[in-house]
Amino acid sequence: MPMLMINGKSFELNIDPEMPLLWAIRDYTGLTGTKYSCGVAQCGACTVHLDGEPVRSCQTQVGDAVGHRVTTIEGIEGKVASAVQGAWQSLDVVQCGYCQSGQIMNAVSLLSKNQKPTDDDINSAMEGIVCRCATYIRIRAAIRAAAQKLG
Amino acid sequence: MFTKRMFEQHLTWRKPSRRDFLKASAVTAGTLLIATTIDFGNNRALALSMKDPPQPNAFIKIAPDNTVTVMIKHLDMGQGNTTGLTTIVADELDADWSQMRSAFAPANVLLYNNLLMGPIQGTGGSTAIANSWDQLRNAGAAARLMLIAAAADSWGVPEREIIISKGIISHTKSGKRGTFGDFAAKAAKVMPPPIVEPKQPKDWVYIGKHVPRLDSVGKTTGATIYAMDVRRPGMLTAMVERPPRFGGKVKSFDAAAAKVVPGVVEIFEIPQGVAVIAKDTWSAIIGRAALRVEWDDSAAEQRSTEAIFTDYRELATKPGISAAKRGDADGALAGAVKIVEAEFTFPYLAHAPMEPLNGVIEIKENGDVEVWAGSQFQTIEVGTLAWVLGTMPQNITLNTVWAGGSFGRRATPNADYIGELAQIAKISKTKAPIHLVWSREDDIKGGRYRPMFLHNVRAGLDAQGKLIGWRQRIVGQSFIVGSPLEMAMIKNEIDGTAVEGAADMPYALPNFSVDWHNVKSPVTTLWWRSVGHTHNAYTVEVMIDAIAHEAGKNPLDFRRELLKEHPRHLAVLNLAAEKGNYGEKLPKDRGRGIAVHESFFTFVAMVADVTFGTDGGFKVDKIVAAVDCGVAVNPDVIRAQIEGGVGFGLGAALRNKITLSNGLVEQSNFYDYQPLRMSDMPQVEVYIVSSMEAPTGIGEPGVPPVAPAVANAIYEATGKRLYSLPWKLDGLQRT
Repeated sequence: MPMLMINGKSFELNIDPEMPLLWAIRDYTGLTGTKYSCGVAQCGACTVHLDGEPVRSCQTQVGDAVGHRVTTIEGIEGKVASAVQGAWQSLDVVQCGYCQSGQIMNAVSLLSKNQKPTDDDINSAMEGIVCRCATYIRIRAAIRAAAQKLG
Repeated sequence: MFTKRMFEQHLTWRKPSRRDFLKASAVTAGTLLIATTIDFGNNRALALSMKDPPQPNAFIKIAPDNTVTVMIKHLDMGQGNTTGLTTIVADELDADWSQMRSAFAPANVLLYNNLLMGPIQGTGGSTAIANSWDQLRNAGAAARLMLIAAAADSWGVPEREIIISKGIISHTKSGKRGTFGDFAAKAAKVMPPPIVEPKQPKDWVYIGKHVPRLDSVGKTTGATIYAMDVRRPGMLTAMVERPPRFGGKVKSFDAAAAKVVPGVVEIFEIPQGVAVIAKDTWSAIIGRAALRVEWDDSAAEQRSTEAIFTDYRELATKPGISAAKRGDADGALAGAVKIVEAEFTFPYLAHAPMEPLNGVIEIKENGDVEVWAGSQFQTIEVGTLAWVLGTMPQNITLNTVWAGGSFGRRATPNADYIGELAQIAKISKTKAPIHLVWSREDDIKGGRYRPMFLHNVRAGLDAQGKLIGWRQRIVGQSFIVGSPLEMAMIKNEIDGTAVEGAADMPYALPNFSVDWHNVKSPVTTLWWRSVGHTHNAYTVEVMIDAIAHEAGKNPLDFRRELLKEHPRHLAVLNLAAEKGNYGEKLPKDRGRGIAVHESFFTFVAMVADVTFGTDGGFKVDKIVAAVDCGVAVNPDVIRAQIEGGVGFGLGAALRNKITLSNGLVEQSNFYDYQPLRMSDMPQVEVYIVSSMEAPTGIGEPGVPPVAPAVANAIYEATGKRLYSLPWKLDGLQRT
C-alpha cells in the first residue's frame, strides 16, 4: 500500500500506485484544494509541489510520489507563500477561483527561485496555467506586488 | 441571456409603484426575518426552509455574534455577485464591512425568484444586481429601522436620536452604545416597517467605493468548496459514456471488460448513455474507457461544419422571419450609389468553464433527496429532479455551492446534467451518495455550444456617403424553440437570443430590415456569455466600420452621426475614444480600432491597440473600455468583469472553434480548444461613467465589443477585414 507524505502528514492509501496523484489527493485525503480541470497537463489547475518543485498532479503517478514531500495549496507556508496569498487577496485577483490554487502554487515556486521576475519570466512560469475568467492582469500584478514585498 | 424584450415585459408587469409596494408589504408582513438561531451551514435549516409553508422573505441574518449574513439567491460563478449584493445590504444597514458574510440561499422560488426572469430562481442575463437592487436596499433599510427600534426600546430613548455608523448603534446624549449582535434577538421581534426609504446616494458608504471581495481568502487557500469538492460518507463517482454524434443513441453495449476494472461498482444504461459507477474518480475513468458501446446514429447529425455552412449560405439567399423592419430596405438598396456587402460566419463554441459539470446526489432512507451543485437555474433543476425521481419538489433540498465558472453552461433550460444525475440515482441499486463528474473531454465534445451563425449584410450609401439602407439576414439555431422556455421567450416566432444586438441596433437607419432563419440540428446549443451579442455586435460593429471607410469617413465620426439620439452610447463612445487616443497617428505596424455596444442594459465602448511584429506575429497590446452600467455598486468588481470579458471574448476570437467532421466533434481538450493564456492578455483600462441610473448587468457586457474593436484595429494596421471568427491571422500584414 503506497504511503504518501502530504503537507507533513503521512497517508497510507489502499490504491493502485498507477493512480494519478491528483485523484489520490482529491478522493482519499480529504484535501480538495487541488483541482481537476483538464487531466492532461494543459491547464495547471492540479499543480502541487513535489519536494518543492511544481508538478502537474494529473500526470504524476502515486508510485512516483512515494518517498517525496507533496505540498498542496492547503499546506503551503513560509514567507513566499504568505506574500503571494496576501497579494492575491489585497488585489482581489480571484473570480470563479477554481484555477487559483494552481496559479498560486506556480507563483510561489517562481518567486522562490526568482525574486525579481521580468514580464517574460512571469509569462514563462505562468503560461501553462489557464484561467477562463482571464484574471491574468491581476495575477501578474499580484506576482509583482509579492516580489516587491519579498524584495 | 434573457432578452431585452423579456426585461421590458418584466418592467411592464412588475414596475413597482408605491401602491404595489404597500400591497406586497401587506401580504408578506414581516418581509424581513432577523434570525437568532438559524445556522446556514446546517442542512437541517435549509431543509426546513424548503418544506415549511411560504415564509417571509429572508435576505438578512443578524446573529448574536454580530455577524450579518446576506442570503444570496444567485449563483456566484466568479462574477462577484456575493460581494456586490452584500455591499448593497451593508450600505443600507450602515454595517461594518468586517461583519458582513454571505451564504447561498436555498432553492425556494417563493422567496428567491429572479425578479427579471419571472417566476423562477435563476442567474443569468447579467441580472443579479439589477433585479436585487430595490429588494436588498429595502430589506437593508428595514433591518436598520428594526435595530434602531430595538435599541430605542432597551435604552428608553427616542428612535430619532439613535444613529448607526460602521456597525455601531449609539445614542449620543446618554452615551449608550451597542452592536447589531446585542440587539439581534430583540430586533427579530420588531414588526418590520411597511414601507422604507432607502438612502440617498450622498449617504452611501460602500456603494461606489472599494470593498474587498468576500471570496478572496477561501479561493486563495483552497478552502472554498465547489460541487467538485463535496464529499459525502460512502460517496461513489459516476461517469457517463455519451453518444459521439449528437442525436445518437445506445444500440447495445458490452460491459464485460469494464466490470472487472478494480473499483467499478455498477454499470447501466440511462437515457443519456451508459453510466459507470465506481468507488473513486480514477476507477470511473478507467472503467468507462473499457466499455464497448455500439451507437445507433440513424437520427444523428452526420454533417461536417463546411456542409452546415453551405446549407446556411443557401438559406441566407431567401427572406427569413422578420425580426425588425423600418422603411423600405430593399428599395433603398436598389437606389443606392454604393453597396457594401459582407458575409460573416461564427463557429460553435464550447463554454469550457474550469470546473467541469458535476453534482452530488444523496437519497435518504425516507426518500428525501439532497443535491449539491453549482446550480444556476434552481427552480428548473428542482423540477427536473422531482420529475425524474417521481417525488415532490418539497422533498428535495438543492444546495447551491460556488461554481468554477459557467459562462452560461450551467444554465440549461432542461437541467441537462442534473437530469443525468437524477437518472443515475433512480436506476442505481447502491444506496450511496453519487457524484456525477464530466471530464474535460465530455465538456468539449458534449455540446450546448454557442450556435454557429452566418450573417449576410447589405448596406447602401447615397452620393453623399450617407447610410440609407441596411438589410441583414441571420441564420442560426435557436436553443429556445422546443425548450421549456419557448412559451415565455419566443414572440412573433422570433427568438430574441438570436437577433439581440442586431434587430435593436441603435444606429439611425430609416430603411432597415433584419430577418432570421432558424435551423434545426441534433447538435445541442446554448447561451454563451453575452449570447446573441457575441455575433451580432461583431457583425454590426465590423460592418459599420467597413461602411464608414467606404463612405470616406472617420469610423468614430460616422458612428457619432448615427447615434445622435442615443446619449448613453455616445457618452461611452466618446470617453473610450478620448482615453484611448482614437485617431492618433500611429506607426505602420500598429492599428487602433473602436466599437460600441449595448447589452443587458449596459453600454460599453472599447478602443483596441494591436501591433504586428516583423515576423508576422500579432499582439493585442491594450484595450481601453468605457462602461455605463448605471450606479456602480462595486467599481472594482466591474473592472474585474470587464477585464475578464475582454479575455473571454478575445480568446474565442483568436482561436476557438468547435468543428464537426461527419458529425464527430474534432476537438477534445485544451490542446485543441486552446484557451487564452497569460501572454495573450492585453492591458485593460476601464473607465466607469458616473451614473445615478438603476444598476444594470456587468457579467456579460464586456464581451461583445472586444472582438470587433480588435478586428477594426487589425484593419487599420493591415487593410484586411476579418469577417469570420476565429480570425485567420496567418499572413496578415500591411499591404
